[in-house]
Amino acid sequence: FPGLADVSIPQDIPVEGEITVPVGSHSPEEDYSTLDEPVKDTIMRDLKAVGKKFVHVMYPKKSSALLRDWDLWGPLVLCVSLALMLQGGSADSKDDGGPQFAEVFVIIWFGAVVITLNSKLLGGTISFFQSLCVLGYCVMPLTVAMLVCRLVLLAGAGTVSFIIRLIVVGAMFGWSTLASTAFLADSQPPNRKALVVYPIFLFYFVISWMILTFTPQ
Amino acid sequence: MATADDLKFQEFDDAANLLAANPDATTISIDEPVEIPKNQHSRLQEPGREEDDELLGTDDSDKTELLAGQKKSAPFWTFEYYQTFFDVDTYQVLDRIKGSVFPVPGKNFVRLYIRSNPDLYGPFWICATLVFTIAVSGNLSNFFIHLGKPTYHYVPEFRKVSIAATTIYAYAWLVPLALWGFLMWRNSKVMNIVSYSFLEIVCVYGYSLFIYIPTAVLWIIPQKVVRWVLVVFSLCLSGSVLVMTFWPAVRDDNRRIAVATVATILLLHALLAVGCLAYFFDAPELDIPAPIIPVHNST
Repeated sequence: FPGLADVSIPQDIPVEGEITVPVGSHSPEEDYSTLDEPVKDTIMRDLKAVGKKFVHVMYPKKSSALLRDWDLWGPLVLCVSLALMLQGGSADSKDDGGPQFAEVFVIIWFGAVVITLNSKLLGGTISFFQSLCVLGYCVMPLTVAMLVCRLVLLAGAGTVSFIIRLIVVGAMFGWSTLASTAFLADSQPPNRKALVVYPIFLFYFVISWMILTFTPQ
Repeated sequence: MATADDLKFQEFDDAANLLAANPDATTISIDEPVEIPKNQHSRLQEPGREEDDELLGTDDSDKTELLAGQKKSAPFWTFEYYQTFFDVDTYQVLDRIKGSVFPVPGKNFVRLYIRSNPDLYGPFWICATLVFTIAVSGNLSNFFIHLGKPTYHYVPEFRKVSIAATTIYAYAWLVPLALWGFLMWRNSKVMNIVSYSFLEIVCVYGYSLFIYIPTAVLWIIPQKVVRWVLVVFSLCLSGSVLVMTFWPAVRDDNRRIAVATVATILLLHALLAVGCLAYFFDAPELDIPAPIIPVHNST
């Protein structure tokens, strides 16, 4: 290039300027970024979602909030607290005792997985984790029943307390089954609803049985 | 409507002649598997023969083989393959349960109810219900038997649930596997008319266990006579379902092997019932007054 031989940068002109690219206007994606918000906001948002689902279980209506934004925090908390409360039974004795922590955990999660697989194999349209979420949250009435049972057992372990516990556990079992059926029934093919509801009934029956037969040492 | 002419055996003419006589007939080519439509009206199907062959299943055993192959054509690693085993409606499951509890003499459970649509829903959930029923009833029965004794402390005995589950699921899956293998082996030696697929055998075994569920609930009654009467009664019912299913499959074989096979099936079934009764349910106390403590100070 013939003309370039003459071009040279004069040494006395200072070179200055900004190296960084100027930041443009806020793009819409950045509004959903949660990295900058305080930790309290993040936790409170999740806690509010979990709390809202608990309220939905208490008054089961056909709302899709439980299904749409599924989460497994609630079921985990319920499962752990139920398993903890079922401890302190005859677990320390050498003979056959009550269920261990791991047994309760496995029964609840494995049972929920099996029921979900069953409903999907029968042609249900619900997704895997949505179903786990519903089944886990509907354990809440039974956790309340466990709490009541432990309180009643503190007062005594006679026939009267047994009858009270039987009534409370029975009522909560019915509530759990009805609540989960209310949420899950719509996604099943119409000829097979009973086939899907029966395993749910069996699942909550087994959990209720574990709660009812709990005897403190 | 089947006329008298239709019931007589018809010589199979040349395919061209047949087609010329009945241009609407469905033709089948041998080189590829073809699903036979259920409502074909050609002369090749004889609806009048179905009742005679229901026990043997000769009429539709070919059809069921073709249909079964056609149905489960999804590869086994996809979810749809397993969905074909759950292709039952509520009324079908209830019908199958009724068929296992009230066996009709002369009717084959597999041909009558399953009809090439074996499902895994029934066997799986009946076994699960049986496991929990036995565990719960055993617990309740022991509680009532030992009620009032000061030395007895009630424990839920949760370990027994896992033992019950292992036993019952092993019975419901391993015995059909062994039986299926045995029937396949005999089939290669003796030309049997009837052969069952593995899933059909699992289905029969699963549904035949249903009668044990109310039996286990009634075993809570702490009377020995009542319990043994229940064992015999339920064994007769479910055993008859099994016998009527498997007798046609072995009766063309050597007479001694056939009888031995059926006897083994019944024996294993009885062993399951008696074993569950013995292990999960404590023996009820005899009806005697409280034992009188021998007086030592008489000497």
